[in-house]
Amino acid sequence: MSKTSDKNRDASKKQGENKVELEDFAVEFRKYKTELTEKFKNRKKWEPKDESKIISVIPGKITKIYVSEGDVVVAGKEIMVLEAMKMKNVVISEVSGLVKKINVKVGDLVSKGKVIFEFELSVD
Amino acid sequence: MASTKKVKELQQRREEVLLGGGEKAIQKQVAMGKLTARERIVALLDEGSFNEYDLFVEHEARDFGMEQKVLHGDGVVTGTGSIGGKPICIYAQDFTVAGGSLGSMHARKITKIMDHSLKMRIPLIGINDSGGARIQEGVSSLAGYGEIFFRNTLASGVIPQISVILGPCAGGAVYSPALTDFVFVVDKISKMFITGPEVIKTVLGEEISMEELGGARVHSEITGNAHFFAETEAECFDQIKELLSYIPRSNSEPVEKIKVAEPDKKYSISRIVPADKKMPYDVRDVIRSVTDSSDFQEVQAKWAANIVIGFGRIDGKTVGFVANQPKVLAGVLDVDSSDKCGRFIRYCDAFNIPLVTLVDLPGYLPGVDQEHAGVIRHGAKVLYAYSEATVPKITVILRKAYGGGYIAMNSRHLRADFVFAWPDAEVAVMGPEGAANIIFRKEIAAADDPDKMRQQKVDEYIEKFANPYVAAAKGFIDSVIEPKETRSVLIHALGVSVNKSIGIPQKKHGIPPF
Repeated sequence: MSKTSDKNRDASKKQGENKVELEDFAVEFRKYKTELTEKFKNRKKWEPKDESKIISVIPGKITKIYVSEGDVVVAGKEIMVLEAMKMKNVVISEVSGLVKKINVKVGDLVSKGKVIFEFELSVD
Repeated sequence: MASTKKVKELQQRREEVLLGGGEKAIQKQVAMGKLTARERIVALLDEGSFNEYDLFVEHEARDFGMEQKVLHGDGVVTGTGSIGGKPICIYAQDFTVAGGSLGSMHARKITKIMDHSLKMRIPLIGINDSGGARIQEGVSSLAGYGEIFFRNTLASGVIPQISVILGPCAGGAVYSPALTDFVFVVDKISKMFITGPEVIKTVLGEEISMEELGGARVHSEITGNAHFFAETEAECFDQIKELLSYIPRSNSEPVEKIKVAEPDKKYSISRIVPADKKMPYDVRDVIRSVTDSSDFQEVQAKWAANIVIGFGRIDGKTVGFVANQPKVLAGVLDVDSSDKCGRFIRYCDAFNIPLVTLVDLPGYLPGVDQEHAGVIRHGAKVLYAYSEATVPKITVILRKAYGGGYIAMNSRHLRADFVFAWPDAEVAVMGPEGAANIIFRKEIAAADDPDKMRQQKVDEYIEKFANPYVAAAKGFIDSVIEPKETRSVLIHALGVSVNKSIGIPQKKHGIPPF
């Protein structure tokens, strides 16, 4: 019964000796010396959303494109179909503006996170 | 008296069924580095204590040629026995029989033993090693899972439920472990996920191995789904035995008191915590300096390590510890650590295990990711769990207790029974630097040398407020104690709390911020 707990204890001691990588870590106005977790180190840094770009949220195949570069679209306009998981996902523009660049053509396979459309937003 | 012929027949039938899926399948199981279902039960239970039931159950599949097939025991071994003298119910899926797949009779064997454990008020242990639903049995198989989940939920908080993942446990099957109290995993053997690598690759184009997706390490370090990690099955069984020694048979029975032993002298409590509030230490050393024999079984050791939870004994009786860990992320509260300790507090409360909380935290983890991940509703779980708990609740403030973190960590205001503080403790609305910056903003801005003035004001604030006596003057702290007095003070406080009895308003149930 106490066998495992002894083992744990030695393990935690050993670990403590190996990993004494202390870093500065600010909470409020004070910096603490502490270990950082992988999750904290790998956290996604906040970036404001770039409304002038449409990014594929899922990998799939472009089967239709309804607009061309130079077109002016209004928010709510259907601009293309991205087929993924056997579903035809209609991509709708959330913004109004000029289609500046289309980075895909019909038949292209796109990966998740790819910038597919770029707009020049109209100023209201 | 049974005729010799009939006895012989019984022996033959038994012998045949006990082979499970047969020699070949057993060899495969061994090649995967796994024990067989019955070997696992023998290794875990007290010698000779296991009684198996439903050995001669047969499956009910009538399609796809399944009617021709014999599946011994229908792929699961069920029975009763004891661990450390404690009676338990157990089931172990037998991967050598049709990959441990779950058909309707397989599920009925499991639910039967679950019903026993709830009726008899004894712990339930489930060993999972299964390819998943038996597709040939279709919706009957799904019904089986549903019946298991339902019983897991009803039994929750009544009897201890332990899940041991010793093979694949995928798809809907993962929800039985997720509904139980503690999940044990073994390196390279346990695999848990809802959608496997194949589906993920097809749908999202992301390639990942089973191990990287839902292996033992992933669930111990990243997801928090597992509570105990072991390198081998043998180590895993030792951990289960140790855990069972700490917890009661059911919510209506106390844990047995065992012989009291003093902490190991190598843990010198007065020397563990640095006076410099910015410097870290391992709070587990403080826990071991107050527990009997310095034993401490940590739960979820590698996940959200900025808080420490686990079981130890003080004066022969089980105590649940919750402690901020300054060694990791300075011991802040965040989404994961709130989930981790909130659930543990509710576990201890359900099974009448007193709580000892050791406090040393700078506050909550700042960050957009935390706010957007819902640190408000997750953090609320800590407040909810402590407020709701009616077991003896004792707090020791070791060093820092600032702001919302002070309230959350079992403060007097959430009805701690006893709050102690070490002389170095700082109980304040926020850290001295922050407080001085706000209170003396004008003076600092107007000074010829703002930095000098700031430092002067910070020092003044520390002198006046960064101590335990302001809170003690208001009765929020019951007693300021020397570190070396901690164990004896805890023994005393736990002793006088044995018959604690308080009510909470009558209700069907509360609405915790799940």
